[in-house]
Amino acid sequence: MPEPQSSDGAISPAGAGGPMDLALEEGASLEKNPAGPDGTGPAGKPRSLWSDAWRDLRRNPVFIISALVITFLVIISIWPSLIASGDPLQANLDDAQKGSEPGHPFGFDPQGRDVYTRVVYGTRTSVTVGVCATLGVAILGSLFGGLAGFFGGWWDSILSRLTDVFFGIPVVLGGLVFLSVVTSSTVWPVVGFIVLLGWPQIARIARGSVITAKQNDYVQAARALGASNSRMMLRHITPNAIAPVIVVATIALGTYISLEATLSYLGVGLKDPAVSWGIDISAASNYIRNAPHMLLWPAGALAITVLAFIMLGDAVRDALDPKLR
Amino acid sequence: MHADRDESAGTGGGAAGSTLLSKAREDAVTPYTEGDPILQVRDLAKHYPLTQGILLKRQIGAVRAVDGVDFDLYAGETLGIVGESGCGKSTVAKMLVHLERPTAGAIRYKGEDIAKLSGRALKAVRRNIQMVFQDPYTSLNPRMTVGDIIGEPYEIHPEVAPKGSRRQKVQDLLDVVGLNPEYINRYPHQFSGGQRQRIGIARGLALNPEIIVADEPVSALDVSVQAQVVNLLDRLQAEFSLSFVFIAHDLSIVRHISDRVGVMYLGRIVEIGSDAEIYDHPTHPYTQALLSAVPVPDPTARAHRERIILHGDVPSPANIPSGCRFRTRCWKAQERCALEVPLLAVPAEFRLVDTPARHDSACHFAEEKRVVPPEGELEVPGPTEPAPEKPGRTGPETEEKPGTTEGETS
Repeated sequence: MPEPQSSDGAISPAGAGGPMDLALEEGASLEKNPAGPDGTGPAGKPRSLWSDAWRDLRRNPVFIISALVITFLVIISIWPSLIASGDPLQANLDDAQKGSEPGHPFGFDPQGRDVYTRVVYGTRTSVTVGVCATLGVAILGSLFGGLAGFFGGWWDSILSRLTDVFFGIPVVLGGLVFLSVVTSSTVWPVVGFIVLLGWPQIARIARGSVITAKQNDYVQAARALGASNSRMMLRHITPNAIAPVIVVATIALGTYISLEATLSYLGVGLKDPAVSWGIDISAASNYIRNAPHMLLWPAGALAITVLAFIMLGDAVRDALDPKLR
Repeated sequence: MHADRDESAGTGGGAAGSTLLSKAREDAVTPYTEGDPILQVRDLAKHYPLTQGILLKRQIGAVRAVDGVDFDLYAGETLGIVGESGCGKSTVAKMLVHLERPTAGAIRYKGEDIAKLSGRALKAVRRNIQMVFQDPYTSLNPRMTVGDIIGEPYEIHPEVAPKGSRRQKVQDLLDVVGLNPEYINRYPHQFSGGQRQRIGIARGLALNPEIIVADEPVSALDVSVQAQVVNLLDRLQAEFSLSFVFIAHDLSIVRHISDRVGVMYLGRIVEIGSDAEIYDHPTHPYTQALLSAVPVPDPTARAHRERIILHGDVPSPANIPSGCRFRTRCWKAQERCALEVPLLAVPAEFRLVDTPARHDSACHFAEEKRVVPPEGELEVPGPTEPAPEKPGRTGPETEEKPGTTEGETS
């Protein structure tokens, strides 16, 4: 974006002339560098943070790549048969732990099932768990944490103690207790459990950054103008407090996908015929020295997914910060 | 009055004659007799409770940040409020714009007590009283464009400007505060401190308020930029017939911009009067001590003047001394000062005399004492004085004159 020539506006002409001269010079120096590099100019449409952020994102290669990867993941989790013709459950023990061969590029797992097909079919479960749990945690956490930070007082005290309680629950033990009473074989109990245990983390971060943001004078200025609470929260506090939430949430997404694996391994997550990267990773981890391919392919898929979301989060966070443009 | 002010500003610091004339007229006509005050502050107090205990909070005392402040603000005038850090200046400002709710007292805007308003009525009053903040780096949302920042008042009060005209209004405001209207799509971080403060001022002007409360609007800026911003405020006052409450700790800037000055100490106004009365004829010992600390540019004059050094620290606002709150540091303090709270009124000995010392001063033993050297000694010959523009220096030499002549004529 434009060079911050603002600083010279203050320093150089100050000694030269009176105050009005300065004002003119400020204007003049700007004339040399009209509008932004985008060429829309002053006569163009009024711009706002969100339209600027979107324009910024559209040109950001990091955003484009991560968005393409995520779109691809979403498509194959809806229609896995588009790129995998086999059956992820078909097992032939003769092929157990075999390496790559024609028609089976990723080799076979300990049960003799095709790793490629399982990785493709596992996308649905893993992406669903990761994305839904992260969304749930982020929405719940930033809602509760944000409101507690904004309003303070009793709400804040109650909420802070509540987060302490949830932090005190060990994840694995909690999973064993909560999920063993559920009989459903879908991913939703797992998602629900992760949201239940995950929201306090985001709530604390959101609370902290809302408290920091609300102390700024611009929030006071908005209040002095007569702005409603919702306007202050949406226009002033949210854009300035959301960055840490985005960062933590995108990193947590990977953790949640592996948490699902842990829970499935313990027998309380997804029940056996289910296909997920987590199940395959934990099953293959026992054979890492004999047949590393069984671990590496699903783990690689997991890594790419997590990376794509982290990059997306990073790009969005940067686009929302005008100073970085 | 605006014309007078403008004229004196236009003819510059060197033209002592016109300044003198306009100042003298101003003092005679306004603000004491002309119309009712636009803002009346009575007994304004803000106490912050001190609590003990975690669950069952028990109040064990209160920080009396503001403790009984009275003043009037007249239409078109600038009331300066000075005082050291922690004396409650900023809290007064926050209460005036309803960012803090007073513990007690009244703020009457055109007769209506706004301290107790809420909801729609409050929102309507807010249109007329706006604030300029101290720190231009935190008072502008870094994630909003300048157009959004200055246009926000119109979104909150849509009745002020129809949707289609807002952008034009924002550009006009940028122009008024001396910024290029094409800046509209820029973000605050692309501006310098002085430019940011201009943006903050434009936001304050957007709703066309009658009163602007400026809480140390220049103290975060470079000295060279301070003068520009102060002069901008001066010009805007004339252009938009604004009344200012100008809060600062810099005595010379307050004197430059103010028609009347109130001196605060520990949550109260101890002395209030026109700028000449306060600066040239202070009667309260605290004002005298404060003024004696103002740097004097002329070394010879500096040698002649008396420095009043106060001993001790400002008492804690949680534990205010009995009687006169200044008595713990006052060289005149006697037994009476510990027993009786001095009222902010014209001291008895000056009540019947026609002298500039006849102004409100909360001291039992008020007496006139000139601490700033008389203007003759202060006259600084040299390059700064005949400058055609209103000089950046807010030096006392121009405004020294009305005071002294008044003293002579009376």
